[in-house]
Amino acid sequence: MKKSLSGIALALFVAFALLISPIQSKASDEFIFGLLMVGPANDHGWNQAHFEAGKEIEKHIPGSKMIYIDKVNPADRPGITVPFLVDDLVSKGAKLIIGNSDDMKDGIREAAMLNPDIKFIHISGDDALSPESPANLSNLMGKMEYGQMMAGFAAAMTTKTGKIGYLGPLINDETKRLAAACFLGARYAWTTVLKKDPATLSFKVSWIGFWFNIPGVTADPTQVAKNFFDSGFDVLISGIDTTEALIVADQKKKEGAAVTAIPYDFQGACDPAPDACLGVPYFNWFPGYSHFINSAKNNTWKKEWLWLGPEWTDMNNNMTSSIAFQNGKALADGVAEQLAVFTKGLGDGSISLFSGPLNFQDKSVFLKKGETATDKQIWNLPQLLEGMVGASK
Amino acid sequence: MKKLCLDIVLGSLLVSGFTALVLLIAGAPVLAAFQNIWLGAFASTSKFSQVLSVWVPLTLCSCGLLYTFRANLWNIGIEGQVIMGAIGAMTALRIPGIESPVLILTLAFLASMIGGGAWGLLIGILKTRGGVHEIFGGLGLNFVAQAFILWLIFGPWKRPGIASMSGTELLAHKLWLTTPPGWRVATIGLLIAAAALILTWLLLEKSMLGLKLKAIGKNPKAALLYDISPESYYLTSIIIAGSCAGLAGCLQVTAVYHRLIPSISSGYGYVALLLVMLAGYRVILIPFLALFFAGLNVGAIQLPIVLQLDSALSGVIQGCCVLSALFILGIRQKRRQS
Repeated sequence: MKKSLSGIALALFVAFALLISPIQSKASDEFIFGLLMVGPANDHGWNQAHFEAGKEIEKHIPGSKMIYIDKVNPADRPGITVPFLVDDLVSKGAKLIIGNSDDMKDGIREAAMLNPDIKFIHISGDDALSPESPANLSNLMGKMEYGQMMAGFAAAMTTKTGKIGYLGPLINDETKRLAAACFLGARYAWTTVLKKDPATLSFKVSWIGFWFNIPGVTADPTQVAKNFFDSGFDVLISGIDTTEALIVADQKKKEGAAVTAIPYDFQGACDPAPDACLGVPYFNWFPGYSHFINSAKNNTWKKEWLWLGPEWTDMNNNMTSSIAFQNGKALADGVAEQLAVFTKGLGDGSISLFSGPLNFQDKSVFLKKGETATDKQIWNLPQLLEGMVGASK
Repeated sequence: MKKLCLDIVLGSLLVSGFTALVLLIAGAPVLAAFQNIWLGAFASTSKFSQVLSVWVPLTLCSCGLLYTFRANLWNIGIEGQVIMGAIGAMTALRIPGIESPVLILTLAFLASMIGGGAWGLLIGILKTRGGVHEIFGGLGLNFVAQAFILWLIFGPWKRPGIASMSGTELLAHKLWLTTPPGWRVATIGLLIAAAALILTWLLLEKSMLGLKLKAIGKNPKAALLYDISPESYYLTSIIIAGSCAGLAGCLQVTAVYHRLIPSISSGYGYVALLLVMLAGYRVILIPFLALFFAGLNVGAIQLPIVLQLDSALSGVIQGCCVLSALFILGIRQKRRQS
């Protein structure tokens, strides 16, 4: 017995010794960047768009290498904080860290202060606008307002009931301005192109509480989508990072309902259910990432707040355009043609939707007749607009 | 002692075997996975201090559970007690007009113990007065606590302009518990956990309270013959458990997240239940097993980073550990009976 015990103990000791021997890391001159994603890397939405942009960077910037971790949120990774993950990525050689969620704001700011030699990009925040913020922290965001205007336009041109639903994440300035942009695109199509009474257009926003479903914490987006369709809404636009709106629309369509949906974030978001998809407004993070990674690599980094728009001459060019709209299979040919005209108008400035007269949801004046909103006014939109149904706070 | 060593060796082999099997099924390189988990938890001071920041609340919850298990109470409600402790702490931290950080943090610790303890007491009252089994009472109150924290975060305590699961506004920096330079664990948290371990050992092993709880746990009817009231000791044990869990909640707020978030308990209450079972309800094994579980939790982050594996595998490994422990305990019991 004693002999066998000694043998087992020896085996355990050898296993332990193997475990404590450090993994040999290769010395190299590669530029490693770390990507922290709030949700799964294969979500067909927000996170996948970031992940694939990182992969593109590896292809196009010589020597660059991505290390990443997904599902960085307290529900999926209990007890693990952003500064700790940053420490870990830095210990693996990362010289630049990207945090892809507004919810990482506090953690990224703290990590940037603790690691002054590392460069940080926080997606969707605006810390860099503040003079007190650390010099190694920049912000990047796309002007998705344009993409959502196109989504709203396509929805209004398609709806038969005049009822458009918007599946919103949580309520903040970003989500309010995106929902409002969507509404403005829809209203433009309804009143200017279709010449219909604006009062007959119903645009309702339901917020689930976060960017994706967290059972027991958020409202279930599948249920919310079902409720929309069951109460007469025939086009549902998604503002969340995952594809529930499209999946439910596809199920309803297969049951015989004439419904469609517009997912969000990722160029391939229509793929899970192409027959129900009108199209998708999507982010392309390559141009922004490329700008910052090159500047960090070439030691030309400076603190910046970048809010990048579409490349109007070639919107779907992934090398240059940060925002685009990909037409879906369910988009009628006639609507696609009118959408192209609308897009051209947005690009040349002949169509400007954040222009007065516009009122807020509480009927107070947002823009007087002849006024056009500044970037700052749009970025910090305090509430939804008159004509929209849904909570503003 | 010899039996204990044998159990540990046998348990380690079972755990390794189970885990290797799971990793093989997941298509992962087994040795590399073990190595990365280990290095991810213990390869640097920063990583080890992160492990300790998980070890502290796990140890506190486990200490609390030892009291209730000693009285043969299944305190599943420990998770809700952590949440209510965190809410209690946050309530104190939001009191306006108190300038002294020491005073307000002291109040937060007291409020967390009251919050967790009162939530535990509620389960005890449901059991002793209403005849509701503590498992059902605890589970029900866990849901209530979760709903309550969500309501606070999405309602009265939401950040200006934002209602989301990212939680409440960040605490003022002066209210963050201090950590040694380069470390991620609050010194006061380590001291509290160490004190809880010593106190629990003293109370359970060297005092009348421990003896009486044991008597009640073994045979509540027989305990009555010695004038020991099971009801009052049930309540005492669950109040102590709730207070320990409440302290864990307070540390999650003041030392880890620096705000209140919906998943503030991080599931440590449930993990502690497994941990205490794995320890065979022995206080002496708690710090080591808590370190093992904390290391697994932190080290498993390497699985997605280095090997592109899902870090949920660490949960599977924890499950394997508990199954192995229960298996060994079962064998031992059977051996004793025969």
